[in-house]
Amino acid sequence: MTDKALLSVEDVVVDLPTPRGNLRAVDRVSLTVGAGQTLGVVGESGCGKTMLSRAILQLLPKKAKLTGRVMFDGQDLVSLDREKLRKLRGRSLAVVFQDPMTSLNPVLTIGTQLVETLQEHLELDLAAARKRSVELLAAVGIPAPEQRLTQYPHQLSGGMRQRVAIAIALSCEPKLLIADEPTTALDVTIQAQILDLLAREQRRRHMAMIIITHDLGVVAGRTDEVAVMYAGRVVERAPTLALFKNMRMPYTEALLAAIPKLDSAPHTVLPAISGRPPDPTRPLRGCSFSPRCRYAVARCHAEKPELTEAETPAHQYACFHPIEMPATVPA
Amino acid sequence: MAFFLARRLLYLVPVLIAVSLLTFSIASLLPGDLAMTILADQATPENLAALRKDMGLDQPLWQRYFTWLGHMLQGDFGRSFRTGQTVLQALAERLPVSIELMLLAQIGALAFGVPVAIICAARSGGPFDRFMTGSAFALLSVPTFLSAILLIYLFAVELRWLPATGYVPFTEDPLGNLRFMVLPAMTLALAEWPGIMRILRSDMIATLQEDFIALAKAKGLTPARILFVHALKPSSLTLVTITGINIGRLIGGALIVETIFALPGIGRLLVGAILTRDLVILQGVVLLVAAGFVIMNFIVDLLYAVLDPRIRHGHA
Amino acid sequence: MATLELDLAEEAVSQPAKKGKRLGILFWAAIVWMIFAFAVAIFATLLPIPDPAAMNMLARRAPFSATHWLGTDGLGRDELSRLIYGARISLLVGLCAPMIGLTVGGALGLLSGYFRGRAGTFIVGAMDVLLAFPPLILVLAVIAFVGQSILNLTFILGVLGIPAFMRVARATTLTLSRREFVIAAEALGASHARILLRELLPNVILPLLAFFLLGVAVTIVVEGSLSFLGLGVPPPTSSWGSMIAEGRESLDVAPRLAFLPAIAMFLTVLSFNLVGDTMRALTDPRQGAL
Repeated sequence: MTDKALLSVEDVVVDLPTPRGNLRAVDRVSLTVGAGQTLGVVGESGCGKTMLSRAILQLLPKKAKLTGRVMFDGQDLVSLDREKLRKLRGRSLAVVFQDPMTSLNPVLTIGTQLVETLQEHLELDLAAARKRSVELLAAVGIPAPEQRLTQYPHQLSGGMRQRVAIAIALSCEPKLLIADEPTTALDVTIQAQILDLLAREQRRRHMAMIIITHDLGVVAGRTDEVAVMYAGRVVERAPTLALFKNMRMPYTEALLAAIPKLDSAPHTVLPAISGRPPDPTRPLRGCSFSPRCRYAVARCHAEKPELTEAETPAHQYACFHPIEMPATVPA
Repeated sequence: MAFFLARRLLYLVPVLIAVSLLTFSIASLLPGDLAMTILADQATPENLAALRKDMGLDQPLWQRYFTWLGHMLQGDFGRSFRTGQTVLQALAERLPVSIELMLLAQIGALAFGVPVAIICAARSGGPFDRFMTGSAFALLSVPTFLSAILLIYLFAVELRWLPATGYVPFTEDPLGNLRFMVLPAMTLALAEWPGIMRILRSDMIATLQEDFIALAKAKGLTPARILFVHALKPSSLTLVTITGINIGRLIGGALIVETIFALPGIGRLLVGAILTRDLVILQGVVLLVAAGFVIMNFIVDLLYAVLDPRIRHGHA
Repeated sequence: MATLELDLAEEAVSQPAKKGKRLGILFWAAIVWMIFAFAVAIFATLLPIPDPAAMNMLARRAPFSATHWLGTDGLGRDELSRLIYGARISLLVGLCAPMIGLTVGGALGLLSGYFRGRAGTFIVGAMDVLLAFPPLILVLAVIAFVGQSILNLTFILGVLGIPAFMRVARATTLTLSRREFVIAAEALGASHARILLRELLPNVILPLLAFFLLGVAVTIVVEGSLSFLGLGVPPPTSSWGSMIAEGRESLDVAPRLAFLPAIAMFLTVLSFNLVGDTMRALTDPRQGAL
C-alpha cells in the first residue's frame, strides 16, 4: 500500500476554541487516498468528519487551529500560499456539499455558477464555457441542459440540484473529489441514483474520491477503503470488504446493526446505539466509545487505545476488546 | 411577473386615496378660519362671505373633498394666494433642484458606503472595521443641521474653498452648479452613509457565513469575485429596501439642507409656505410629495423583485 | 435627518450581542452623561447660575471667564445657563413625545400581535398609511396649521412615533405568543387579559424600553432640527436647536456659540443611542437573550 498516495493526511489535529473550552474536533487523524481510489469516511454527526473535510480543503473557520500535514499531489496544503491553494481548489480538488439548496447561490443562474469555474481555471471564453457546461449537465443526467443554464437553483428539484453541484465539481477534471454527505438531504429514491452517478464518473475519470457519510450502507460496494470515525478519531480502517467481513471495533458493529435490512422481518426493532457521543470539550481519559460499548472492560475506561493492525496491515482498529467474529455483509 | 405588478398596483391605489384624504383633512378639519387668515385685516362680513363662497368653504366637507379631488385629477392644484403662481408652476421650478440634491447625496452615500461596507465585512473585526463601525455609529448621532454647520465652518468659513449659500441652475453653469451643490450634498450624504454602511455590512457578514460562499471558495474563485458577485448580490436586496425606506428621511433631510444652504428647492418652498401661511401651496406640495414618496416605494418594491428571482417566481 | 422609522428590516439584520463586551466603558460613560444632563436640567433653578434671559449688551460674545464659565452669547446672556435651560426643553420634549409612542403604539402593537385577525391587519394598514408620509413633511404641515407651541410639538412628534413602536411591540408579541409559556397559560385557561398583562407585557416591555431610548435620541434630533429652522419651540423659549441657529450668525467670529450647544446635543443623543442600542441587543427575544 505504499504506492505514492494522491492525498495523505498526516496526524492532523483541529482545535476549535469555544466559550466552554477547547473543542478538539479532529484528533490526530491520518489517512491516505490513492489516485483513482475511493475512501469512505463513516461516523455519526459530530464525529469530526465534516471538520476533517474542511481541514483537507483548508476551509476551516477563522478561529480553528490546525496542526499536521495534508499532502496532496506532493504539496503540503497546510503551508501552501493562498494563491496557489486557490488555483488548486475547484481544479484538482473539488467538493460536493450536503445540501444543494444552500450550497448553490440562490440569486445566480446555474449557468453562471458553472461557467465561472470553467473560466477561472480553464480560461475558456464564454461561448466555449457555455458549451462545456451543457455537456457537463447532460453527463450528470439532467434533461434539457441548455434551458437549465438560465434557470435558478430553486426552480430545480433536490436531486437535480445535487446533480448540478456534481457537474460543477467535475467541471475541471479534478484529481480528488470530496463528497460530504452527498445524499443526506435527498429523497431515498434519489439517493442511489446520485451515488451511482458519482461512482460512474469516478471510474470514467479515474478520479480519487472521498465519500463522507453517517450511513455504512452508502459505502458498501462503492468504496475501496473505509475509515470509521468516532469523537474525532479514526477508530477502524480497512479495505471495504475486510471491514464488513472482519470488523473489530464494537462501534463499527453497532453501526452496521443500525442499518435497516430488506430481508429482516417487518417491524424488526432497529438496534440503536444507546447513549450519546462524548462532549468534545471534555475528552475522556479512556476510549471515547467505552460509555456506550457493551464489551467495555475496566481497561477501556482507563486507557485510550491506539490503532493496531488486524489480520493485514491495511486493516487497523483502536480497541482493547475487539470482536473476533466475522459479521454478515449487508444486503 | 405581470401578476406581481398588478397586485402591487392594486395596493397602491388605496394608499394614494388615503394619503389624499389625510392631507385634505389636515387642511380642513383643524382649527383656524381660512378665509379670515387670507383676508386678515381686510376682513368684513361681506368679504368673508364672498370669499367663502368663492372658495367653496360653505359647502359640506365631503363635497369639498370631491371638488378638490376633481380639480386635482384635472391637474389643477390651486393657485397660491401670495405669489399668484399655480402649485404646479412652483413645483416645476423647484423640483429639479431638490431632485438633484437628493440624487447627488444618495450617490455620494452609496459610493462611499458600499465599498466601505464590503471591506469591513471581508475583514470584520479588524482595525479598519472597528474604526468605520465606530465612526458610523457616532455619525448617526449627529443631526443633519449639525453636520451642515460643521461643514460650513470648515469649508466655507475657515478654508474658504466652497460657498456657504447660493445656487445656479445646472443648465446655465454646470461647474458653478456643482460648486454650490457640494456642501449640501455632502451634508446629506453624511447623514445617509452610516445607515447604508451598517446594514450592508451586517447583511454581508451574514451572507459570508452561508454555504454557497464556502462552495465558492472551494471552487477556487478569486476573493474579488466571491465578494462582489456571490456575496454582494444577495445582500443587495437589503440595500435596496433600506434605500427605499431612506427616501422619507432623505426628503426630510433635503428640506433642512435646502433651508440652511438657501437652495431654491421644494423644501424651501414648503418652509416658506408655512411661515407665510400659504395654505394652498402647502396642501398641494404635501400631497404631491407624499404621493411621490408612495410611488418611489412602489418602484423600490419592483426593484426588489428584479434583484431576487425567488420573489419573481413567487417563492421567497 | 433621522425619524422614528426603525423598520423591521433593520432589526432583523442588527448585529448580535457581542458576547464578551456587553457593558463596556462607553456604555457607562453614556449613563453618566445621561444622569448628569438630567440632574442639571431638573435642578436648574437651584443651581448658582445667572438667569439665562438676562442680557448684557456690554459683554456680548465674551470669552470664557470666571463670571461666565462658557462665555456669553450674541446678546450678552450667560452661555452655560442657556445651555442648561436649553437642556430642560430638549429633554422635556425628547422624553414626553416618545412616551406617547410607547404607550399608544405599544398597546396597539400588543393587541394587534396577540389577537391578529382583521383588527390586526387594519391597524397595520392604518400605520402604513401614516408611514406613507415623509415624516418631517407631516410635522411641518400640522404645525403650520395648529401653530407652534411646546405642547403641539410634543404631541405631533409623539403621534408620529406610534407606528414605529407599534411595529416593535407587534413583532415581539408575535414571536412571544408562540413560545411555550404563553401556550401553557392558555392551556391553563387563563383569560386574554391575564395573558396580555401577566405573560406578554413584562416581556414586551423590555425591547420597547430599548426602542424608547432610541426614540428619545431621534426626538431630540427632530426637535433640534425644527427649532433650528425656527419652526420648533417658539421664541422666547430656546432649546439647543435655536441656540445653534443663533450661533450660526457668529460662525466667523465666535464659533463656540454654535459648537457648545452642538456638542451638548451630540453627547446627549449619542448617549441615548448607545444605551438604547446596547439594550436592544440584550433584549431582542429573537436572539434568545431573554
